[in-house]
Amino acid sequence: MRRQIIEEKIFKALMIASLATVFLALLAIIAIIVARGAKAMSIDMIIKTPEGGYYLGKGGGVANAIVGSLMLTGGASIISLALALPIAFALQREYIPRRIARVTRLALDVLWGTPSIVYGAFGFVIMVYLGIGASLLGGIIALSLLMLPIMTRAMEEIIRMVPMQLKEISYSLGTTRLETTFSVVLRQALPGVCTAAMLAFGRGIGDAASILFTAGYTDYIPHSLLDPAASLPLAVFFQIATPLPAVQDRAYASALILLLVVLLVNLVARLLSARFSRNIIK
Amino acid sequence: MPHISIHNLNVFYGKQPALRDITVDIPDRKITAIIGPSGCGKTTLLKSLNRLTDLYDEVGTNGHVLIDGDDINGPKANVLELRKKLGYLSQRPFPLPMSIYDNITFGPRIHRMKRLKSLSRLGDFIRLHQVENFDLEQALEEGKRKKNGASDLLVEFYLRLAGLWDEVKDRLSAPASRLSIGQQQRLALARTLAVEPEIILADEPTSALDPLSATLIERQFQALKQNYSIIIVTHILRQARRIADYVLFMYLGELVEYGPAEQIFNDPQDPRTQAYLSGEIS
Repeated sequence: MRRQIIEEKIFKALMIASLATVFLALLAIIAIIVARGAKAMSIDMIIKTPEGGYYLGKGGGVANAIVGSLMLTGGASIISLALALPIAFALQREYIPRRIARVTRLALDVLWGTPSIVYGAFGFVIMVYLGIGASLLGGIIALSLLMLPIMTRAMEEIIRMVPMQLKEISYSLGTTRLETTFSVVLRQALPGVCTAAMLAFGRGIGDAASILFTAGYTDYIPHSLLDPAASLPLAVFFQIATPLPAVQDRAYASALILLLVVLLVNLVARLLSARFSRNIIK
Repeated sequence: MPHISIHNLNVFYGKQPALRDITVDIPDRKITAIIGPSGCGKTTLLKSLNRLTDLYDEVGTNGHVLIDGDDINGPKANVLELRKKLGYLSQRPFPLPMSIYDNITFGPRIHRMKRLKSLSRLGDFIRLHQVENFDLEQALEEGKRKKNGASDLLVEFYLRLAGLWDEVKDRLSAPASRLSIGQQQRLALARTLAVEPEIILADEPTSALDPLSATLIERQFQALKQNYSIIIVTHILRQARRIADYVLFMYLGELVEYGPAEQIFNDPQDPRTQAYLSGEIS
């Protein structure tokens, strides 16, 4: 009896400790980014592109990277969404045999775990084949490759959780697979689909390796798909690599902006998701 | 000719037989109860009538089920028409993930039923039914003045038919999931009736409900049998005694005995039926 109580206490303490570690790590990251980034933070950082001598501590901001990141990740999100949703539906038992679905899931899991630099390298090969240089388009292709497995797999899990009985009800009213899929399953899964898209967006906007070669970097805002595009992760990377403390602080400010963008997009997705949750069956 | 006529029906889950050689005619415009212990194939029999068993690829079927003379498993069978003709109520009611109103109009919209748009057609149809405390002519007059008069009246009519109207008339646009489980089952009944089936299949429709809601459902069934043939699976013997006109007793995948309710309950021939009715097996 005594031993069991002690065991219980030890494990409870371990759980609290690990939970605290997670929170502390998160707080520490935010604290450091805010502490160092706040110094360099200004309106100019957000609305101006780098001016001459920016990387030596002169005026300007990272608007090029903010816009670039949003274009890259936004474009990749649209492409991934257009592909992920049909794949996620196709993986359900009504559409393909379960054995094939299992193999596909495994393949997606492998892709999910593939390091993003590999996608960068692969995207680069495709770009060479298409005859385009480092560009917005190249970056979007590479990021889509990175985001697609994440989005598909997350959506597929959500869609698979839609109860079979609910589908039975829908089919019993004389609906086709397509009608059931769009009018019932998608409605029920919509909040989760939002979350899945968000997960992939967060992963995509923070990734540096896949767009390093494919999107390149530039001090200007891209005007066409074939222009190179800057990005926030790379802005952090390049600025932190300079020897000047003032420019390094700007790296933290850029990281702070990245954090805020992710937070904002998450918030919007939460709101949407809550809206879509109104009618779902629990 | 009876609506439903089953000949030598065998159903397998993989290699495991679930139904063995079932042959029976189901009488029209009566309540037919399928009784028997758990796992005896009652639900499987029910679901093989509207081919919901198709959704499970491990299920195999042979034999013939004739509905209005057509073999539902034959090459010319139209499963969508079949399911429209055979309404289905599940054990646990699942509202569709939409409002109360949309739950009712879902089926008619999918099947593009004319009466969703045309008040006069709807009126002709409703005249065939008896609904308590419902002044149809006045409702039709009111409907003419409204924009969606026909679909509003359709929703009202089916909710009245299912005995739910008075409880939900002020919150038709609320999510259906907010209804109590007993109300959800009556909503499911209304939704099923709205696609205008000729037969109602009900799989233990009251087993998840409180006694009051269960009584309401039973009352609706009693009223509906003037216009519909109803097949109800139940493991509640007393329920079968209360409402059934005709009874099928199943045991281990076999149809042991069937006939008019009085005959089965008062003078069962097979020793297994006697044992079940006396409570020796359950």
